[in-house]
Amino acid sequence: MKLSEIVERLGLEVRTGAGHLETEVTHGYVSDMLSDVIGNAHEGAVWVTLQSHQNVVAVAIMRSLAGIILIKGREPDEETIRKAEAEGVPILVSEDSAFAVVSRLHDLGIVGG
Amino acid sequence: MDPRFAKTRELLYQLRVADIIRREPIVTHPDQMMSELRAILRDRRISGTPVVEDGRVVGIISIEDLIGWLSSGGQDCPIREKMTRDPEVLYADQLLVQTIQHFDASGFGRFPVIDRRDGSLIGIMTKGAIIEGLLGKLEHALREEEIRQYRASHIFEDLTAEYKEIYLTYEVKGKDFDLAGKASTQMKRNLKRLGIHPDIAHRLAIASYEAEMNVVIYADRGVMEYRITPQEVSLRIRDQGPGIADIEKAMRPGYSTAADWVRELGFGAGMGLQNIKKCADRMDLRSTPGVGTTLKIRIFTRKANETE
Repeated sequence: MKLSEIVERLGLEVRTGAGHLETEVTHGYVSDMLSDVIGNAHEGAVWVTLQSHQNVVAVAIMRSLAGIILIKGREPDEETIRKAEAEGVPILVSEDSAFAVVSRLHDLGIVGG
Repeated sequence: MDPRFAKTRELLYQLRVADIIRREPIVTHPDQMMSELRAILRDRRISGTPVVEDGRVVGIISIEDLIGWLSSGGQDCPIREKMTRDPEVLYADQLLVQTIQHFDASGFGRFPVIDRRDGSLIGIMTKGAIIEGLLGKLEHALREEEIRQYRASHIFEDLTAEYKEIYLTYEVKGKDFDLAGKASTQMKRNLKRLGIHPDIAHRLAIASYEAEMNVVIYADRGVMEYRITPQEVSLRIRDQGPGIADIEKAMRPGYSTAADWVRELGFGAGMGLQNIKKCADRMDLRSTPGVGTTLKIRIFTRKANETE
């Protein structure tokens, strides 16, 4: 499923990377520990987290992630937005909890890893 | 998705109207006659003009208006009577992506582009200009990256020597979470340009990021030295920090001495050294408490080539 479809189905707010939503997403990962994500997330996965500081962008680049979903209406810092735009990393915001976001992703056929 | 298409989308969000429009467009005055317009369109091979009076855009006249005028007898009259008044305009500082919506919604083929500050006409926007502008920028961006990659990936072939190595060095500032990860992010791009196998580049980038973050979290400063040869990529990272008292313990998954505020940022999960170990072919960690730590990692490029 394309990231743009996920944005639509889950009603996510696109904060950065609006031009990078056509990536095909098959995997998802949820964690707030950056090393956990770097070490274990599937390449090209969509990452669900409540971390909103700029290091999430570096992690997404390192792991070649498709995008980052911030939960509970967390807003990315200004610097996070600047970096994400420069690197073309989509940051999407959901009002829901991690559990709710992940179960909806699961319903859409996104698998863990 | 095709990466070239992604680039096009990206450009739509990056480019502004001013970047691509045709400047100093041919204009007409409302008092000029339709017969004059006919000659202008024919001679200049254009399909319409903004109509300008006292420095302001008062209308737009197109070949469709001319055809309408001709088919209803073609009796000469001023452009003022046939033009579309107060046409929709675009502003020079608008993003390209916004203008595309204008074309789609209105069905018009051209829009005058004006300066938001003084309302003066700067140029004219057509679908053709968008296509030309996008293609031009796209080609430019692709060519630049291609040239960079070509140049870099041929360094080892083009230079002759008995031993060939490239050293790239970065300084890392401790406790600066704003700059953290910069060296590793840049190195990932450098390795790609050098034509290093993506799997190797990926592993080095991850090991390097974890090592960089360790310096940022625990030390005052550090130096990262990358060495690239035809056989391997390696990284030596030396810091002036507290040192590691028990390396065996530090290597244990889940063990971390990070402060609470660092953990709140999502670091200090006790997985960093494990991640480095997973990515590296060789890992050598030495530390003197109170002095600092030196970590060396090596990744062999030969192996990846052989498994291809």
